[in-house]
Amino acid sequence: MQENCLLQMRHIDKRFPGVLALSNVDFTLRKGEIHALMGENGAGKSTLIKILTGVYQMDGGEITVDGEKVVIRSPQDAQNHGISTVYQEITLCPNLTVAENMFIGRDDSLWVKHKDREKRADEILGKLGIPARSTQQLGSCSLAVQQMVAIARAVDMQCKVLILDEPTSSLDDKEVNMLFDLMRDLKKQEVGIIFVTHFLEQVYEVSDRITVLRNGELVGEYLTEDLPQVELVAKMIGKELDELSSLSEFEEKKTENKEVFYEASSLSSSETVPFDFSIHKGEVNGFTGLLGSGRSESVRAIFGADKVTGGAVKIKGEPVKITKPIDAMRHGIGYLAEDRKRDGIIAELSVRENIILALQVMNGFFKPISRSESEAFADEYIKVLNIKTASRETPVGSLSGGNQQKVILARWLLTHPDYLILDEPTRGIDVGTKLEIQKLVLKLAEDGVSVTFISSEVEEMLRTCSRLIVMRDRHIVGELKGQDLNQAQVMKTIAGGEA
Amino acid sequence: MKNGTKKTFSAGLGQLTIPIIAICLLVIFNLIRDPGFFSIGIMHNNDGNIVLAGNLISIINGASELAVLAIGMTLVTAACGGQDISVGAAAAIAGSVFVKVLKSVPSISGGTVLLAFLSACVVAMLFGCFNGTLVAVFHIQPMIATLILYTCGRSIAYWINGGATPTVDSPILSGIGSFIPGIPIPTPVLIVIALALLFKLLFHFTSLELLTQSVGINGSAARLNGINATFIRLLSFILLGVCVSVAGTIGVSRLGLINHETLLLDVEMDAILAVAIGGNNLGGGKFKIGGSIIGAYVIQMLTITLYAMKVSSTDVKAYKAIVIILLVVIGSPVVKARFEKWVAQFRTPKLKASTKGAE
Repeated sequence: MQENCLLQMRHIDKRFPGVLALSNVDFTLRKGEIHALMGENGAGKSTLIKILTGVYQMDGGEITVDGEKVVIRSPQDAQNHGISTVYQEITLCPNLTVAENMFIGRDDSLWVKHKDREKRADEILGKLGIPARSTQQLGSCSLAVQQMVAIARAVDMQCKVLILDEPTSSLDDKEVNMLFDLMRDLKKQEVGIIFVTHFLEQVYEVSDRITVLRNGELVGEYLTEDLPQVELVAKMIGKELDELSSLSEFEEKKTENKEVFYEASSLSSSETVPFDFSIHKGEVNGFTGLLGSGRSESVRAIFGADKVTGGAVKIKGEPVKITKPIDAMRHGIGYLAEDRKRDGIIAELSVRENIILALQVMNGFFKPISRSESEAFADEYIKVLNIKTASRETPVGSLSGGNQQKVILARWLLTHPDYLILDEPTRGIDVGTKLEIQKLVLKLAEDGVSVTFISSEVEEMLRTCSRLIVMRDRHIVGELKGQDLNQAQVMKTIAGGEA
Repeated sequence: MKNGTKKTFSAGLGQLTIPIIAICLLVIFNLIRDPGFFSIGIMHNNDGNIVLAGNLISIINGASELAVLAIGMTLVTAACGGQDISVGAAAAIAGSVFVKVLKSVPSISGGTVLLAFLSACVVAMLFGCFNGTLVAVFHIQPMIATLILYTCGRSIAYWINGGATPTVDSPILSGIGSFIPGIPIPTPVLIVIALALLFKLLFHFTSLELLTQSVGINGSAARLNGINATFIRLLSFILLGVCVSVAGTIGVSRLGLINHETLLLDVEMDAILAVAIGGNNLGGGKFKIGGSIIGAYVIQMLTITLYAMKVSSTDVKAYKAIVIILLVVIGSPVVKARFEKWVAQFRTPKLKASTKGAE
């Protein structure tokens, strides 16, 4: 078995200012295996990959390739040792031909024999069964084929270790299958593949072995067939299953059957498959699932943030049309977006201006909120939400993450919504603020506001939600309430019920 | 809270610091060079009116078209993060329409001038719509989108009056272009003041300022807050169209003729420069119309100063460039950051004391 060993990473440490990103991590890749590297966000997957590809330098440990100790200082070093990476985003040039993309930066002479090059490219493409011609413009190929060309390029560079970083996130099912066939082909040619993904089912479809990381530490290495999905999820999240079941004391949460506030049937957007959803007045529900399972996309469809492509929506029993954010806002829906920097704050504007923005938009173009009124609103919410800012005129971009989030919360609270959608409101903010936000959610519900609460931290959702909708691979796979609301059950449902 | 208001004040000043310092330096330089440079005289003009005259008046008067265009350009810059380079050509079109309408009425009266101006305004707004659609709907970079009208605008102006450069003569026009009898201040200056007030009122009675800044700073977040970014961007171009027609009308009235080749030639670059000197971010976002207007006066004062120093008109552009390089470098984020660091060194002990007080 040792002979079969292609790549070994031993006792890898990596420190960033103030954080230990990797601590004593081991990783072993054998010839001709597909090895999935799993872990939640921030577990250290990408740090490990970046050390392997020479983007970061490790602070401790050693790497051996084919039994020889190597030092990888730059991406060029990595390539020389036969380590190639294909990233999630295509890093080739779409306006060049397939052949040019495969050989760019690799020819020694200035004088290129195009014909030879194209012949060679066609040979490789043929051998790997990639449906592309060497003379075709890369941009005219589908994303999957572009990704495969990137792989072909790597393979032709005599790569021994191929790293695929989230290769399937922008592919459809058919394209994913094409990619998997190619991966299995490469496996036969003794290439070792490191497969990073967050699609659990894909891991079980192609991988032979799984290494799980958590909080920068190695959890373990497992044969795929020996590790049921539920246990994999448990290892990623960091709670053993039995431990969880004993922990979860069932707590009765009131699920009063009040009137339905929002109801959608077969709602779909450009980013989702059709789904049904409804929420009662004063209810707190949650969408859960791994990253990329479609939970954010679903709530974006409810708010009209993505292009709505179909479905019927009723609010308080009345059929309504919500195709853009302003429609949703007029019907009393507020939406705090997942990406605070990109979709939330207007960084250079003041706290005051950020707070009144949504209300101002709803009031309309010709009814500006006066300066004194807006100052009163800002002062009120700075006090209510305890926003820490030098003054109401401070640019919101200079506040800490938690306080920025509170400003956006204030913005929506000021519109007095009937239904508030909070997508990852607690991400990247300190524990104290997290609790404040959870408390606020429960208080809003008491006041009759419906809330949809999304968080990557399952505990947080269990604490606040009375109903959880579980998603996997863009589909709703379960709805948990009452007695089923415990971590073990959530994980079972996320992983797939068969266990 | 007192601390807070103070901070706002200094932040507001921050944007206008450079243009105000530039104006002050130019004034001081001129006063040293020639103490009588800014003396304002009272004289009778050709029509027998009592009017103000002097270098200062001709600077403020001469910068009027530029200031008018800078107002609109500021809005487009803020909303779209790019500039309209077709304003000169569009002003030539507006001016041609203005003259065309005046030429087609039997006699020029107040009503017909108003009609001619409104026609020019509508046409300029339509061209603004065209530019705005390319930018807001098709997401073409503003400079590329407006390159089209920049290239063909003066040809269109040429066609409007059949290739001629007709003259129009009327006391009403000279009233617009130079002085209204009984008022000693040049009318174009009054027009700039009126337009600036009009925009001030627009910002007061609508939420345009907040929405424009939001769209310019973070379009994605603006959209998720229900703002129609396409509309805001389109509107900025239409408002620039209004400014363009005002500038064209002033230009035509000054000369009493329309020359489609030379009317407001190369003014677009000065207008963009005025926006930049005014401390506005050319990448969009926060803006101050006042800064751009001051910027326009800085440019004009610089030009007149150089002429007064007997620099030949060919050389003026080169000297202008040197001063502008200085202004732009001093206003650049890099220099600003250095400067703030430097200032902070002196202020640190004080600042610490004040934060302690706040806690």
